[in-house]
Amino acid sequence: MNEKIDALLRQVQRPARYVGGEYNQVVKDKADVDVRFAFCFPDTYEIGMSNLGMKILYGVLNDMPGVWCERVFAPWGDMADRLRQEHIPLWALESGDPLEDFDIIAFSLGYEMAYTTVLDMLDMGHIPLRAKDRPGLEHLVMAGGGCICNIEPMADFFDLCFLGEGEDVDREAVELYRRAKAEGWTKERYLREAARIEGVYVPSLYDISYNAGGTVAAITPKDGAPAKVRKRIVEDFDGCYYPTRPVVPSTEIVHDRVSLEVFRGCIRGCRFCQAGHTNRPVRSRSPETLLRLGKETLENAGYQELNLSSLSTSDYRGLSELCDGLLDYCRPRGISLSLPSLRADNFSMDIMQRVQQVRKSGLTFAPEAGTQRLRDVINKNVTEEDLLNSCRIAFEGGWNNVKLYFMLGLPTETDEDVLGIAELAKKVFWTWKQHAANKSRGVRITVSTSEFIPKPHTPFQWEAQISREEYLRRVDLLTDALSRTKSVTYNWHDAEMSLVEAALARGDRRVGAVIEDVWRRGGRLESWSEYFRLDRWLEAFPACGLDIDFYGTRERPVDELLPWEHMDCAVSRRHLERERERAYEGVLTPDCRAGCAGCGAASLLKEGVCRG
Amino acid sequence: MDKLRLRFSKTGRAVYISHLDLMRTMQRVFSRAGVPLKYSEGFNPHAKISLILPLSVGTASLCEYMDFALTEDRDLAALPAALNPYMPEGIEALEAYEAPGKGAELRWLRLAGVMKGGRDAAFYRDFFARSSIPAEHRAKRGMRTDDIAPSIKMARFTDIDGGAEAELILHAQEPTVSPELMMTALGEDAPAYFRFTRLEAYREDMTPFR
Ligand code: SF4
Repeated sequence: MNEKIDALLRQVQRPARYVGGEYNQVVKDKADVDVRFAFCFPDTYEIGMSNLGMKILYGVLNDMPGVWCERVFAPWGDMADRLRQEHIPLWALESGDPLEDFDIIAFSLGYEMAYTTVLDMLDMGHIPLRAKDRPGLEHLVMAGGGCICNIEPMADFFDLCFLGEGEDVDREAVELYRRAKAEGWTKERYLREAARIEGVYVPSLYDISYNAGGTVAAITPKDGAPAKVRKRIVEDFDGCYYPTRPVVPSTEIVHDRVSLEVFRGCIRGCRFCQAGHTNRPVRSRSPETLLRLGKETLENAGYQELNLSSLSTSDYRGLSELCDGLLDYCRPRGISLSLPSLRADNFSMDIMQRVQQVRKSGLTFAPEAGTQRLRDVINKNVTEEDLLNSCRIAFEGGWNNVKLYFMLGLPTETDEDVLGIAELAKKVFWTWKQHAANKSRGVRITVSTSEFIPKPHTPFQWEAQISREEYLRRVDLLTDALSRTKSVTYNWHDAEMSLVEAALARGDRRVGAVIEDVWRRGGRLESWSEYFRLDRWLEAFPACGLDIDFYGTRERPVDELLPWEHMDCAVSRRHLERERERAYEGVLTPDCRAGCAGCGAASLLKEGVCRG
Repeated sequence: MDKLRLRFSKTGRAVYISHLDLMRTMQRVFSRAGVPLKYSEGFNPHAKISLILPLSVGTASLCEYMDFALTEDRDLAALPAALNPYMPEGIEALEAYEAPGKGAELRWLRLAGVMKGGRDAAFYRDFFARSSIPAEHRAKRGMRTDDIAPSIKMARFTDIDGGAEAELILHAQEPTVSPELMMTALGEDAPAYFRFTRLEAYREDMTPFR
């Protein structure tokens, strides 16, 4: 570190996150490198380094000879201010080189609130924000991740996006880039060629026109770009790359552990859940593969914790076998095994009890809605009986800490449904009273609510979000209903951020101007309550001639052309419409194992049949 | 094997790793290298390791010491070579041996460093040659002012471009005097930028600490 940077690092909080040098970081000889790839995560080091997707793509890209992928994170406010004052450009951790030295600058986008941070990182790296202001092949700005299923609000800033899973398509786009660079192609030629790769979306190759009322009139591809961009998946997930040599941070991060992805996709069809719809179909790893990968990674990283991750780990067929195998390995070594929130059923409770012999923490359930009626509407296939039964087993087993997650503002929700949350929490409390193994320790039941946000590619993509006032009214209703139950704590997330998230999630291309405006007003790291400010958004929307409610609280007619309709996530519009109707009828749709609902995702598989 | 000691260096990018983070990092290094640390009993077992003298973030060191215990016998002479491939950049195990005495025997440290954007060598020389040097520091109960003069055994300064080079011998434990505290004592004459490296550790009688 030179003195200027050393001096700066001494003035900021937790400087270790800005310097790299961690165990397992990849350093290559620049003489052997022809494509330099900056993998940018638009959040802090602590969040980004906890992200499995980033570890995977870091490994995949660095396994390519001649390609050097480095990590870039968003600095915390103190550091960002100092860098700007000193005119020091944002650098990549491995080499310490500024963003300008890279061929490709790629962002991983998992949530909409990171959008302003993308602009901030580009600016800190002295890279022009808009794609049209970057005429050459160098500094190609790309993006991948869950948000790409509607990336229209960021479309003007990215040259190229990846829809779906990145393992293969990233490699293909980088190979093509290598060729383009060697042969001296123009950027336009590269983008035209790249758009032929399945899963690649080049926003500049689509013209969007609007109706007088502001809705999208037409999405017109040009220069041979496909009418619909089809998402990519890795069909052979068992053989899919897994980062067994992850970079091990030398400073504390959020999830500092091995995260084993047991399967991708989800067999459940919760109607509010975007990930459950955009990651279909289910593809699993075998317990043997997972055991091998888990052990190898634990050994290579030296971690003391392993987490089994997926959208719904209880649904993993080999869970029991896998847990037994992992426990045999972990227990004698003092390594703890952690499971994410499980379904409330007997099988899961049995697993939980076995696993938690290593370490006992709280139990988390997500019934999402307070009444059976509403749970049927959202297709959350959990009954009150399941939940209370699971709680009983937990209390008998000595747990005394249960967290319950709910959403407020789901379609068709009434006050009765809101009060149903309180009823359910009370029943959990009574269950504890009747069945607790040791009552002297007391019980902690935490109810958390967040505001429902309608997301693209779900059966609820047409729904209105309730207003903030209405959300707060329902919060008050619930607060009041819970106020007489001492052992229940109620936490609610403020709806300010949800308001913006909803507008961005279903935004169109014009919203890009709003994002830039908010960034110019100082917006960055906005998923952090420390930095989020609603007023900037409320000022920026009208300043750009747009109405935030048009995107958030407006219900879309089913025949409206939605801004993301050229993104094909393999689940058909017909299926989503059908699911929406079933929601209103309160009819459950069986999970993929009980019966295929014909969503369309099977078409991504060679044989055309789901085997999840 | 109990009462073992590791001497290691912490330089380069590793100087930004904090004390607590270093503890965790070391545990992982041992785990990766397959050298089994002894763990405490109980619900939340933690490795029995202790870093003798906390090192402030930004200061480098060629003489850090960590006490530890292993669950099995190991060739101690071969231990540094076994650990080093598993270290993050900038940390290097130098020597492992049975601790000849308590960590508290470490009393003096020799350091070298640069001080820039302040006064020249002559000024610092005079300042630290005074018989009494009050310095305010954070103590258990609020701020406290101590005379650090008796804790400075040696303070040599030479002029370099933009400031001075310093070589110091400071009392390291009971009381602790760090370069940072010396800079505080300088008040308005403190340099804008300074950077130090611990070179060697001694016992009270200035025999080398091991
Ligand atoms: S095609 Fe059928 S089985 Fe496959 S994901 Fe869709 S609904 Fe489930």
